[in-house]
Amino acid sequence: MSNIWAVCKKEIKTYFTSPIAYVTITVFLVLAGFFFQNLILWFNQYSMQMAQNPSYLQQININQMVFSPLFHNISLILLFIIPFLTMRLFSEEMKRKTDELLYTSPISVKQIILGKYFASLFVLLVMLLLTGILSMLTFVYGNPEVKPILIGYLGLFLMGATFMAIGTFYSSLTENQVVSAALALGTLLLLFVLNWASQFIQGIWKDVLNYVSFSQHFDNMTKGILDTADLVYYISFIFLGLFLAHSVILSRRWR
Amino acid sequence: MIEVEHLFKKYGDLLAVHDLSFSVKKGQIWGLLGPNAAGKTTTMRILTGYLSATDGKATVAGYDVFEQPNKVKRIMGYLPENVPLYPEMTVQSFLHFVAEIKQIPASTRKEAVEKSISLSTLEPVRGRLIKNISRGFKQRVGIAQALIHDPQVLILDEPTIGLDPAQIIEIRQLIKNLKGDHTIILSTHILAEVTQTCDGVVIINEGKLMAAGSLEELTASLQEKDGVFIRLREGGKEKVEHFQNIPGVDKVSIRDDGFSIEWTKGKDSRDDITRYIVERNWGLLEMRSLAMDIEELYLRVITGETEQ
Ligand SMILES: Nc1ncnc2c1ncn2[C@@H]1O[C@H](COP(=O)(O)OP(=O)(O)O)[C@@H](O)[C@H]1O
Ligand SMILES: [Mg+2]
Repeated sequence: MSNIWAVCKKEIKTYFTSPIAYVTITVFLVLAGFFFQNLILWFNQYSMQMAQNPSYLQQININQMVFSPLFHNISLILLFIIPFLTMRLFSEEMKRKTDELLYTSPISVKQIILGKYFASLFVLLVMLLLTGILSMLTFVYGNPEVKPILIGYLGLFLMGATFMAIGTFYSSLTENQVVSAALALGTLLLLFVLNWASQFIQGIWKDVLNYVSFSQHFDNMTKGILDTADLVYYISFIFLGLFLAHSVILSRRWR
Repeated sequence: MIEVEHLFKKYGDLLAVHDLSFSVKKGQIWGLLGPNAAGKTTTMRILTGYLSATDGKATVAGYDVFEQPNKVKRIMGYLPENVPLYPEMTVQSFLHFVAEIKQIPASTRKEAVEKSISLSTLEPVRGRLIKNISRGFKQRVGIAQALIHDPQVLILDEPTIGLDPAQIIEIRQLIKNLKGDHTIILSTHILAEVTQTCDGVVIINEGKLMAAGSLEELTASLQEKDGVFIRLREGGKEKVEHFQNIPGVDKVSIRDDGFSIEWTKGKDSRDDITRYIVERNWGLLEMRSLAMDIEELYLRVITGETEQ
């Protein structure tokens, strides 16, 4: 445990002593803020129109109209930003040959991977908490339900964590950070849009595509629906990504 | 302390280490000497657990490197050929991080960092970012991280490469000071490094063991025999037997396009051999002394002119 913490601390420090974390977090917040502001403006306009017709007023739901689309937007920003956070995790160590220090220390590959992974989760957490400040502003405009928002955030966190596990895997593959980011981004996009193809096919493969794709699992959570099947989905994906990274690193020893 | 037995390492088709065996006694400094691409780094990476071997066995302090890697890593310090440094860290915070991953308990960690800083004389740069310090200091940070957990065994891969002469002398002195408490293997392609700092040497070329032993042993065995290398107008295996019959001659072997003939030190068979050749009209083209010191042995190793 203390080994994981040692690696994690070092990674967090690296993120925040170089511009990487600041730049990514800023880009993320600017984009998230932009989407948020548009949704709020749209919501205000819509509710004003509705206010002239009181019978519709009950149908206005800030959770559905602002948060659900906001979570979708944020997940898309994460998809584009996370590969740039994870690309350095292992690629940089290989490039600088510092991996030789890590792998010849009495600390397991598992602990190294987890330490690095938790550090990247920490950056994710910081990003989400900062958007949380935006969300609190909505309490000024309306009266949103808290629970669906929290579930939505949990969904975002799990989604981001899945992206990070996949990014970690690609980072373990190559010492070239750009290659690692490009492969991760490609994979994430593919998994994001995989369910589009499902409308053209039938039978078991349709279900498989729908299951593997991110969208369906995330959709539930943005609406405040918490289903263990979705949790299992994300956790399996995270496990798979980290397991593959572990196998890649161990196999490199046998070159 | 360190035992390597019949070690093999293949990278695809390339045999980088070929049946390598040697051992190093506790408290000594041994040099792993060989030209570039001899397999020094590969051997060290196997000993430190960074790479697996294709075949063979290696033990450190009685622990099997392949079976009990974590036991070995705890008692081993390693300075890789490319010094592993994080440029954005300060010297002190880097050493602190290394102390953590080398499993130094929190209570003694600070002390260990201080000790390694003073041993490697890093005091003037302790608060500086690693990317801003000189090559010589970087190398010393590399040595400091290798000995921070007071390891019984130190593996140093080309510790003086790329340094200027003054820095080389400093690092050599630093290494010599570590002797006794630590068993050290250092690799180098420079003979002087070995003769100035080491107790013994393992000479390898193309992954193969060429010679091994303490400096005294090696010098003695090289001087035990005396001999000549001769070249005749016409060679031929049958002549080996002829030479063997000359009184005093111990060993005859075919080498390159000639013969090497050896006898015990103290005698001199040169006259007998010359007379034998001239009487039979074999056409003596060349005769030169085989007397060797370590320098010549190494020279032959790196020019590929080795005894079989
Ligand atoms: N990772 C690797 N993959 C393939 N070949 C390698 C690798 N590392 C070293 N080699 C080859 O193995 C041989 C020995 O290399 P090395 O152990 O680095 O020698 P030295 O340290 O003595 O210069 C060289 O021919 C080198 O090109
Ligand atoms: Mg080398």
